[in-house]
Amino acid sequence: MALTADQDDTLGAGGVPSDDLDHGRRTRRTLLWVGGLTVLLLVSVPVAIGLGPVSIPPDTVARIIGSHVLGTPEATWTASEDSIVWLVRTPRVLLAAAVGAALAIAGAALQALVRNVLAEPYLLGITYGASTGAALTILFGVGASIGASSLTGSAFVGALVATGAVFALATTGGRITSVRLLLAGVSVGYVLHAATSFLIFASDTPEGARAVLFWLLGSLARAEWSGVATAGAPMLLALVILVLWSRKLDALTLGDDTAHALGSPPARLRVQVLLVVALCVGAAVAVSGGIGFVGLVVPHVARLCVGGVHRRLLPVAALLGASFLIWADVVARMAFVPRELPIGIVTAVAGAPFLFFLVRRMKSAA
Amino acid sequence: MISASDVTFAYDGTPVLAGVGLHADSGRVLGLIGPNGSGKTTLLRILYAALTPRHGAVLIDDDPVGALKGRELPRRVAVVAQEAPPELPVTVAEMVLLGRSPHRSSLQAYTAHDHRTAAAALRRVGIRHLADRNFAALSGGEKQRTLIARALTQQTGHLLLDEPTNHLDIRYQHEVLQLVSALDITTVVVLHDLNLAARYCDHLVLLDQGRVAKAGPTPEVLTPEVLEPVYQISVRVLEDGDHVQLVFRPRDEPSAGPVAHRRPAVDAQPYEAH
Repeated sequence: MALTADQDDTLGAGGVPSDDLDHGRRTRRTLLWVGGLTVLLLVSVPVAIGLGPVSIPPDTVARIIGSHVLGTPEATWTASEDSIVWLVRTPRVLLAAAVGAALAIAGAALQALVRNVLAEPYLLGITYGASTGAALTILFGVGASIGASSLTGSAFVGALVATGAVFALATTGGRITSVRLLLAGVSVGYVLHAATSFLIFASDTPEGARAVLFWLLGSLARAEWSGVATAGAPMLLALVILVLWSRKLDALTLGDDTAHALGSPPARLRVQVLLVVALCVGAAVAVSGGIGFVGLVVPHVARLCVGGVHRRLLPVAALLGASFLIWADVVARMAFVPRELPIGIVTAVAGAPFLFFLVRRMKSAA
Repeated sequence: MISASDVTFAYDGTPVLAGVGLHADSGRVLGLIGPNGSGKTTLLRILYAALTPRHGAVLIDDDPVGALKGRELPRRVAVVAQEAPPELPVTVAEMVLLGRSPHRSSLQAYTAHDHRTAAAALRRVGIRHLADRNFAALSGGEKQRTLIARALTQQTGHLLLDEPTNHLDIRYQHEVLQLVSALDITTVVVLHDLNLAARYCDHLVLLDQGRVAKAGPTPEVLTPEVLEPVYQISVRVLEDGDHVQLVFRPRDEPSAGPVAHRRPAVDAQPYEAH
């Protein structure tokens, strides 16, 4: 007899209603995490804006932002405080949040896409593509005629070209498999990495090489309000789309045939997800440079919090990534005042030990 | 009902199936058997449209399987494929609830009915108590039951299984197949173990090098005359109540009879333990 919901469905073990499936508890736990991380983010933003070579109390920060957003009159702060908060640090902190969230959800989606927990934007060549584009602009002024946004533009184009190359290399007969995607990503990444190194070698200007190196390690120092929109809008769009596709991502992690049999043809889904991720990462990298480890480590931490189901994983990863990068940036600009540390160094120093911990934990679980 | 006719398929130019057909009656268990590389898994994957044959047709209750687009296919056919799920932290309940995803759009959350269905499926396979456990931490038998529970949760009229007894010990092999044969839904199962096929399949299709060597009711297929040329091994059939039981011996060994009885250790191939 075929299974029906009404059959054999009274009480489970220990008198627990059998239709509960302990799911309510997991949902509550997720809501707690989402709530807690949202509060953390909302507190982090004004506190991080206040921190820097010139310290500004959070309540002043809140009033300055309020005056710009709501138009509250009677300024009780100096003009320099106003410009530090509104023109320098607020876009910088919001950009950190947007980029952190973008890298984290991209990492989580890519890990499902190639069924490999080591996947992150670097591994699929996207970040290297953006780096090559940026190096062309910094060293040779490619696209400089279009103005101040040329660096962002060329990095974004580089990310899309890299994604296109990975696509072309990984596709045979209209299909993309996870192994081919991984190998194509790694090989395109190496080629572009070599190309960037060659550009630095060929330019022969120490200042230019230093600028490219700084960009390669990631920095939010050039943050402007336009950059917040450039990185933030694709990130939010990607988050919404990927959450809507979360069950398809769940199915994809179980295998191509299982995904197909659950109604999510894997080849098409890979193309769709890769496009969404390329857009979101391309935009983020274009304004912030190559920031490593966030896309790799944050999804793992999020899985420790709420498990591997993407409907819960993605929002938690986004919130975690946002707060993580805000604080990494605070360290980057405070640690060696007046010099600024490339943020990629901070994320690696903070992320690597956690990765070691995860490896140890996996070993003991096995 | 599932039927396939004149199915031909090649991997990169190498023929795998040539003019293969099968017919799985409603509510019965059809076993796909044959040596390694005979095309069993390929044929099964063609049945659920993971592969598209070069020629031939597959019908699910009179509808071509290729016409079942998107969520229509998983509402009609449930599949337990031979894939190694990832070592990601997903609970048994979450894994089984995925079986309800074909019944819900991206915007819809799982309903109480979905949870009841998943819980009933878990009870059906005897692992309701494992609902909150991490899937990766389960034993092989428990994992296989979880995957079958997910298939049941889809509430389809058709079930396709690819070697569901792989890596299971003898007790679980029988438990899993007992469970499947008691479901009374149209089932096609790929099996390596001919004695399990003998016990749990109503009909068999024996594949050999991409062709159907024999198809029919189980006792008609499991005969020495049919099996020996395909498997290149000596086969002896023992009657075991309602079922036949097969004993195998390499062809270059001394023939059956008193010698075989004096050497039980050689004769006691794994299959004989059933």
